[in-house]
Amino acid sequence: MNALKFLFAAYIATWAIHAFYLGTLVRRFSRLRQQLSELGKRK
Amino acid sequence: MKRLFPILAVLTAIFLAYALHLALGKATPTDAQQGDVYRIIYYHVPSAWTAFLLFFINFIASVEYLANAKPSSQTAAKWIVLAIGIIGAIASFVPQVQHRLPAGMRPSAVATTVLAIPAFYFLVGKFFPGERLDVLAVTSAEVGVVFCTIVLVTGPIWARPVWGIWWAPGDIRLTSTLVLWLIYVSYLVLRRFSTSAQTQMLAAALAVFGALDVPLVYFSIWFFRTQHPQPVIGGGGSMDPRMLHVLLMNWLAFLCFGFLVCWSRFRLELVHREVEEAHAMESLAGGAPAKPSHPLNRSPQ
Repeated sequence: MNALKFLFAAYIATWAIHAFYLGTLVRRFSRLRQQLSELGKRK
Repeated sequence: MKRLFPILAVLTAIFLAYALHLALGKATPTDAQQGDVYRIIYYHVPSAWTAFLLFFINFIASVEYLANAKPSSQTAAKWIVLAIGIIGAIASFVPQVQHRLPAGMRPSAVATTVLAIPAFYFLVGKFFPGERLDVLAVTSAEVGVVFCTIVLVTGPIWARPVWGIWWAPGDIRLTSTLVLWLIYVSYLVLRRFSTSAQTQMLAAALAVFGALDVPLVYFSIWFFRTQHPQPVIGGGGSMDPRMLHVLLMNWLAFLCFGFLVCWSRFRLELVHREVEEAHAMESLAGGAPAKPSHPLNRSPQ
């Protein structure tokens, strides 16, 4: 049971890191989209 | 292409779920000594292989970016890469060289790896011309760091119940992997905060030296006494075919996932550069004020 705790911790950590990185990508995309719309309005 | 991405994303998600089912399923045998905790290998090893592949792509893109700075060096680099591939592939079958290979390492595997250098070099040059080489370099480095982070996190989680310690200080495999991670983090920090016009060149040069650590990480368990387990594939070790099947399926699933993440990051970088260019053009035209030049105020790359 104790070993299973480590196994699940490793799997959860893996997907938590991926989810965090994907989250930063989404945040960066939305920021760029906002900048593009601001540029479009100025033109 | 825009329609293809969601389809591939759904297929990859299904594939990852299937690979997870295989990794945790009862059909896959449990290790007699370690018990179920050995199953961390199905995430740890594929993440390491994917990180190595991404750092290799970063290395190739960086070399090509540096070589393209001058037409003469571009031609010379092509011939050098071709010569490395041919000579390396032939040399791996020469008996004198074969004797020097670590036990269990197949000459055909060495030849294939060496031939991958010119193959990747010409493919990358064909599909990523000009500035896109630099975009590919930053993309592969960033996603590679994510996978390398997973390696550094899952490794100690496995080591704690098996070795009784989280980290083996002085172990060359562990230390060289940490150094590799630090090199690529510094690469990303350089790209993020440097305002020099030479940033791309400096980053490419750093990436070339950083890539030298990849073979050290990979071969460290062959050439040095380490606490890290010996290789189960291509190194004289053995693995139950059912376990090997699950390991390879997980690697394939992570490769598909890594490809999609790289695709997204690549597009993000292209859009980011377009926005930067538009801001620069606007400020040159005397329109709206230019964006703040301080690196901390710049949008992330």
